[in-house]
Amino acid sequence: MQVEKFYYDNKIVKAFGIATIIFGVVGMLAGLWAAIQIYYPAISLNLAPTTFGRLRPLHTNAIIFAFVGNASFAGIYYSLQRLCKARLFNDKLSWLHFWGWQAIIAAAAVTLLMGMTTGKEYAELEWPIDIAITLIWVVFGINMFGTILKRRERHLYVAIWFYIATWVTVAMLHIVNSMEIPVSLTKSYSMYAGVQDALVQWWYGHNAVAFFLTTPVLGLMYYFLPKAANRPVYSYRLSIIHFWALIFLYIWAGPHHLLYTSLPDWAQSLGTVFSIMLIAPSWGGMLNGLFTLRGAWDKVREDPVLKFMVVAITCYGMSTLEGPLLSLKNINAISHFTDWTIAHVHIGGLGWNGFIAFAILYYMIPRMWGTKLYSNKLATNHFWLGTIGIILYAVPMYWAGFEQASMWKQFTPEGQLKFQFLETVTNLVPMYVARSVGGLLYLTGALMMVVNLYKTIASGKFIPDEAAEAPALVKEAPHKEYWHRVLERKPVTMLVLSLVLVAIGGLVQMIPTFLVKENIPTIASVKPYTPLELQGRDIYIREGCYTCHSQMVRPFRDEVARYGEYSKAGEFVYDHPFQWGSKRTGPDLARVGGKYPDSWHYNHMYDPRSMSPGSLMPQYVWLLDNALDTSSTPAKIRAMQTLGVPYPDGYDQVANRDLMHQADSIVGNLKKDKIETPANAEIVALIAYLQRVGRDIKLEPKQQPLAENK
Amino acid sequence: MKFINYLEKVSGVDIFGLTSLLIFFLFFVVMLTWVFKTKKKSYQEISRIPLDN
Repeated sequence: MQVEKFYYDNKIVKAFGIATIIFGVVGMLAGLWAAIQIYYPAISLNLAPTTFGRLRPLHTNAIIFAFVGNASFAGIYYSLQRLCKARLFNDKLSWLHFWGWQAIIAAAAVTLLMGMTTGKEYAELEWPIDIAITLIWVVFGINMFGTILKRRERHLYVAIWFYIATWVTVAMLHIVNSMEIPVSLTKSYSMYAGVQDALVQWWYGHNAVAFFLTTPVLGLMYYFLPKAANRPVYSYRLSIIHFWALIFLYIWAGPHHLLYTSLPDWAQSLGTVFSIMLIAPSWGGMLNGLFTLRGAWDKVREDPVLKFMVVAITCYGMSTLEGPLLSLKNINAISHFTDWTIAHVHIGGLGWNGFIAFAILYYMIPRMWGTKLYSNKLATNHFWLGTIGIILYAVPMYWAGFEQASMWKQFTPEGQLKFQFLETVTNLVPMYVARSVGGLLYLTGALMMVVNLYKTIASGKFIPDEAAEAPALVKEAPHKEYWHRVLERKPVTMLVLSLVLVAIGGLVQMIPTFLVKENIPTIASVKPYTPLELQGRDIYIREGCYTCHSQMVRPFRDEVARYGEYSKAGEFVYDHPFQWGSKRTGPDLARVGGKYPDSWHYNHMYDPRSMSPGSLMPQYVWLLDNALDTSSTPAKIRAMQTLGVPYPDGYDQVANRDLMHQADSIVGNLKKDKIETPANAEIVALIAYLQRVGRDIKLEPKQQPLAENK
Repeated sequence: MKFINYLEKVSGVDIFGLTSLLIFFLFFVVMLTWVFKTKKKSYQEISRIPLDN
């Protein structure tokens, strides 16, 4: 048989690998900075770009898309070539993919710090960047499929299936969730509103975890674990079941992020049921990984790569057991909006994603430089620092979450709430301090890796094109064989099948909510925002208030007692985007309108501690000085009209008149409390919005109890 | 108002529930059949792909 000679492209893997290291450190630093701000607000430097509400999206986007994204691309390009016995499809596409992705990251870093955000978690980037992501994702897809099509290995190894599913599902999620109406180059409104926006967002958010942070990384596990252990995966059969069951079930589980919210009940139950079922494939995958090491545990003692893998896979198993448990309504009632969620995601982020990324870097870099790792001892120390860091991070956060939820729900014998909200937060400060120490240890470990890999690289010589040879793939004579074997050789069919499978789950969730109008009962007294309130709402979004404040009162006794009437789906019909939030570091704001005088808000934004002593909220001094840009009002009104918000025709032309009128009345209110402010200050718009939130429903005439029970 | 009220108004709505259950059931049946009908030897070959380069 004719043997062909060819070369693996190591240069592109090197580029993505180095980007992984750089953005990993940057993302972790941003996280540490944000974590310290929670108990020491002054470290925000009182600057808008470095305040928690903007730093937190920077941290999450950097870790997800820059750190884990680049690590996945490095690992995929390394393993795909070797599993296909072929060089990547096209070098130019590889480099377009690389530089395009890094440009997106740079643009994301700048725009997020400048406060340009869509206000939807993990999808904060504005529309021009969304389009760039789509284009680069297509480049990645062409490059991957091109490589698969010109492969010299007949069968597609299971890792490649995971890569295919990743590509197709992320494409679908990104496009559907990023549908938005541009107002300007840097501002857009989500096409969906309220409940629908929430459903689409968490369908995206949940599956971004599934298909950006899990499936590509599982693919890496199925390649690098057998390589590092030098033995095949425990059960290939199990890996097939793992794959199909995982992608079939994952896509349905998104609504579990919205339990007890205004989302229709059936959708919440759907999310719960599928989440519980997910335990099976996830644990199948974990056990498959761990059993691969049976009889090879002695290697784990020696090899840092395997050490990282073992903890990573264990963390995968732990967080995929915890996830379904958190999807049970009775547990979610305790965990949701607290630091428990933060602990849960960091078991996944630090343990699973971070440790797999470290493992593959420790594996690939010595090999691509034709040398040995500079110091196994240093890598082992990294491993231990990282592991202790994870524990020190997670345990205080679990404690904090559980303790805070318990405090929220406590009543005195007289039937009063036992604790002020602020008490439940300040009580957690020691836990927040411990968490940041855990994060610091983890970061220190990562810096040790940087040194170790730097020394490794210095001691070796880079092999840009690694020689390999394999026989060309000849067309097999037709013979009877089992049909899935045929499927395994047809990557395009595989792609279509995966898409159909994930699309079913998405459609079942969304179509009813979108088509059945009665699904979201309208409330006659709920009216669109005034122009000033709309501008104020955009400031609320810009400053990332949703990262610490929810706008969703759940139907619990304690929440109704603390905040007021529980939230109804019909209240959010004009909310493009929805701002329900997912964490309460500060209190819920769904009923904040009318709760305090205008002057309270003014003073509170200038210095939160002057109004609530001991508050952990950062100062928003710039809102008092910045002038509101009213030139954007007409465009914003028009965009809202396009989305079906019922402003009268031609209102865009007169909106600013109403805006100034309302601003003057707020300035008048402030003056009565001896506060002088120009009517065009941003704080005035924000006060207008905050005073409006959650008020409309109070104007609703009291309903007959009978009609409610229908 | 419970969602079921609106579902019940759709004519022939039963078919949707049945179809969903069927898709779900068939999916796992088909997958498991293929997985367990495939010869162990072919799995052994494929699972060695990462190790052969």
